[in-house]
Amino acid sequence: MTVFLQTLVAGVLIGGIYSLIGIGMTLIMGVMGIINLAHGQLMMVAMYITLVLFNVLHFDPYISLFVAMPCLFLLGVLIQKFLLNPLMKIESILPENQVLMTVGIGMVLTEIIRFIFSSDYKSVKTPYSSSAFFIGDISFSLPMCIAFGVALIFTGLLFWFLLKTDIGRSIRATAQDKDAATLMGVNTGRITVITFGLGSALVAAAGSLLLPIFYLFPDVGGPFTLKAFVITILGGLGSTVGAIVGGVVLGIAESLGATYIGMGYKEMVGFVIFVLVLVFLPGGLKRLTKI
Amino acid sequence: MKSKNITLIILGIFFLLFPFIIKSEYYQHLVIIALMWVVIGSSWNLLAGYTGQVSFGHAIFFGVGAYTAGIFVTKLEISAWWGMLFGGFAAMLIALFVGWVCFRLRGPYFALATLAGSEIIRLVATNWESLTDGMVGILIIQSFRSKLPYYYIVLGLAAACIYAIHLLMKSKWGYYFVSIREDQDAAESLGINTTLYKNISLLISAFFAGSAGAFYMNYMAFIDPHVVFSLHYISIMAILVGIVGGVATIMGPAVGAFVMVGVQETFRSAFFGVAPRWISEAHALVFGLLVIFVIMFMANGIVGDWGKIKRVLLGTRPSA
Amino acid sequence: MPLLELKKLVKDFGGLKAVNEVSFQVEKGEIFGLIGPNGSGKTTIFNCINNFYPITNGDVIFKGKSIKGLKPHKVCHLGIGRTFQVVKPLARMTVLENVTASAFCRFNTIREAQKEAGRVLEFCNLNTSKEKLAKSLPIGSRKRLEIARALATRPDMILLDETAAGLNPSELDEAIDLIRRIRESGITILIVEHIMKLIMSISDRIHAINFGQTIAEGSPKEVADNPAVIEAYLGEEYARS
Repeated sequence: MTVFLQTLVAGVLIGGIYSLIGIGMTLIMGVMGIINLAHGQLMMVAMYITLVLFNVLHFDPYISLFVAMPCLFLLGVLIQKFLLNPLMKIESILPENQVLMTVGIGMVLTEIIRFIFSSDYKSVKTPYSSSAFFIGDISFSLPMCIAFGVALIFTGLLFWFLLKTDIGRSIRATAQDKDAATLMGVNTGRITVITFGLGSALVAAAGSLLLPIFYLFPDVGGPFTLKAFVITILGGLGSTVGAIVGGVVLGIAESLGATYIGMGYKEMVGFVIFVLVLVFLPGGLKRLTKI
Repeated sequence: MKSKNITLIILGIFFLLFPFIIKSEYYQHLVIIALMWVVIGSSWNLLAGYTGQVSFGHAIFFGVGAYTAGIFVTKLEISAWWGMLFGGFAAMLIALFVGWVCFRLRGPYFALATLAGSEIIRLVATNWESLTDGMVGILIIQSFRSKLPYYYIVLGLAAACIYAIHLLMKSKWGYYFVSIREDQDAAESLGINTTLYKNISLLISAFFAGSAGAFYMNYMAFIDPHVVFSLHYISIMAILVGIVGGVATIMGPAVGAFVMVGVQETFRSAFFGVAPRWISEAHALVFGLLVIFVIMFMANGIVGDWGKIKRVLLGTRPSA
Repeated sequence: MPLLELKKLVKDFGGLKAVNEVSFQVEKGEIFGLIGPNGSGKTTIFNCINNFYPITNGDVIFKGKSIKGLKPHKVCHLGIGRTFQVVKPLARMTVLENVTASAFCRFNTIREAQKEAGRVLEFCNLNTSKEKLAKSLPIGSRKRLEIARALATRPDMILLDETAAGLNPSELDEAIDLIRRIRESGITILIVEHIMKLIMSISDRIHAINFGQTIAEGSPKEVADNPAVIEAYLGEEYARS
């Protein structure tokens, strides 16, 4: 029972971070109708920014978060403005060229980082990296709890932003019906740019939060891109609430899989869920709740 | 029309005589690899370019074909050449399942679902050690020391693949594939069973990719999950071959295969040893940059944008 | 026996009843008009007949058999062709290829399908644009291409969804002529149209709906004089005066 509860707790905590990754992707997906296959790679870049700040300026990763987020926001803005938006004007037989473009971007980011930092595994050792507290027999890793808490705060802020601000409303309008939003005077080109920046900033936050508990190497992004994709399918395409629930579900499922099936299959749990959702619950969790 | 036939005949003769013209094993090897990519690229093009179902996971079929041939040797102790016969069918079997799951999604989501599929199968191949020997991979003994047999086998496969797709696209199925690409709802209302025909396209595509995989096993004599189920070097490469050459053209992927293998080798070998070593480490970066460049400036590929390329090269204006 | 019969058709979009217990019968050989203000559920009815939307309740009978729940392509093979209000040309195929693709519905070889396509294009006055890409056609020709494609599937019945919307007067006359010729060739027509002049002049019978419910049915004259129809189209004030 203790093992089970411990597994569950670890799953929920990591799930909080997954949610943050998933929300960023869902936002981009909702507004542009494409899946950003460079999502995990953007997170990887944020992690390296955090790493450099830690090594050179001895910034705590939780403080670097406030550097990494604006940096990635800017990177996201540039990518959308100069690489993705111009594609809309290109007549091509393949409708998926924007998705393919994000693959290219992901590869370039990974290789540039590899050039600068080599392929070596890196990690950040903070005094609290391995500290934990106990409730009963269950241990709660401190950095994971902090990460979970911060993820919750950011999610809350994002909701406030989407519901209460003009830009937030424009984003939601664009996500619902791009043509109608354009007709109502929303500058959808600018909204896509902001959204991509926002999605990148959110995943940057996830990266900084992960760094104290995770190791880092240039290829770390790929698996997270796929996780984010699984989360959006699980939660229901374009649903922010779905992404949160999807993230936590994935976290728990992976955690259970690692404990009860074996570490080697941990990565596969997500994909199995993915296939099951497609087959038995097309539309994802969104369908169950109609959010 | 006539000049096109003459070009084809000349090309045919050239490829038949190639190993006798160029005796260097190194260049023969490159052409063999390029011809293999002609098959993979063409198979991808049938599904993505003509039917509009962009696969980001063609490594699934390539890898399954390769592993079929490999497992024939390690587990059944029969020749890996049987894999050339059954690799394609094994890939089709997997394709049935892939289609059943992934065709529930349209457009980019289909693409991503195939990508996830290729990751699943890579993990399975890595972890199912009793069947695949996991990360260790499968090593067999090559049947021939000379490159010649391999060359003619893959040349035959490539020619068969291109010719089959050429015939297919002139038939009812071909019309149906393109209709589905252009507008799925309209196609359905015209009496086209879109689900069925998408699956047919997928199955044919998987067959050729699987055969190419089985050839790879025979030729390279070594596979492991990271090579044959690689996202970047198989699935994305297949897309690049298709796009660089020109999607939805018969000869596009063939042109793309030679260009891409050429580019890849040029950088991998650091411009054949002329440039400094670090260039070869950058070949993955070049790959990524190429993806971006091609999508931005050559969305319809060398064959599709041939008019545009000629204009740029010759500096002439488009004729109105 | 009517060719097509709708029996208390209901289509529910998450609580909103887009179509509510609509019933009508279309006899073989007639032109049957379906009218109603914007958003009254006309296109939804079309989408229910060829099953782009699953029906919530009720039934659709074609040639005496229920076609409820059949896939759209099956419905087409049974003999119902349709056009779309928002035209859906197969953009990067030529006009001939567009129509050939649909002729494959009844023919298996390319030679036969192309011959049939040529015949239909002739019939629809699209012969001169044969080799043009569908996306390069002007709107009037696109509408005719929609019809040509539907005809090439050799239907017993054709559903025309606002074929005349956006046409100029001369194109409109051409469209009316085409619709009449389709009927003469023995094909039953169910037509949704906004342009009153057109629908009143060519329909044998008209069925009017509003807010997804039947408000009148009868000859064009009867329907045009029906107070409920006038009210739906022109507002309550006009009806009373």
